Amino acid sequence: MKTVRASTADRAQTIPPLAASALAWAVPGAGHLLLGRRQKGLVFLVALSAMFLIGLGLSGRLFPFVVAEPLVMLAALATRGIGVPALLAGWLGAGHGVVTAASYEYGNAFLIVSGLLNLLVALDAYDVALGRK
Amino acid sequence: MISHLGLLALFAFFVAVVFAVIAHDDPRQQVAFGARIFGGFVAAGLVLGWLMYPLPL
Repeated sequence: MKTVRASTADRAQTIPPLAASALAWAVPGAGHLLLGRRQKGLVFLVALSAMFLIGLGLSGRLFPFVVAEPLVMLAALATRGIGVPALLAGWLGAGHGVVTAASYEYGNAFLIVSGLLNLLVALDAYDVALGRK
Repeated sequence: MISHLGLLALFAFFVAVVFAVIAHDDPRQQVAFGARIFGGFVAAGLVLGWLMYPLPL
């Protein structure tokens, strides 16, 4: 057990914290996987990806960046917190949102919170890479 | 289509899992902390739902 923890700590010290958190932002859980925290990384990958996909399935919207509307801007930033999946969904034409759908607001909640949670995970990866955790 | 309560429980489950895994390293602590968060979300949702019931919306 000590050997496993030592190797994980060694790996964490060799990876720049900013690179770990950037990777964690881009792909949910990837930062922790890179740092040797496999179980945590897999949990983040599955849970956050599932939340994002459920949000899209519930007709949620990937909000556009509209500077004139601060709340829409904040929602856009939050939904992009999930990283590459949001970009992929945009390229694939998903995430337009169906305002008239009964599940629209539920979908938005799932999309926004999955992005915000992924930003939290990216901060956690930064701490792990620094050796704080 | 899942009900409002079902979606609330699903949302609470995912948030509880992520919070628990971020906050703790030990699996037992993760389960205990996650269960508390999940229960808190669902209980708060039910209580707030009943409190809002008389409101004319």
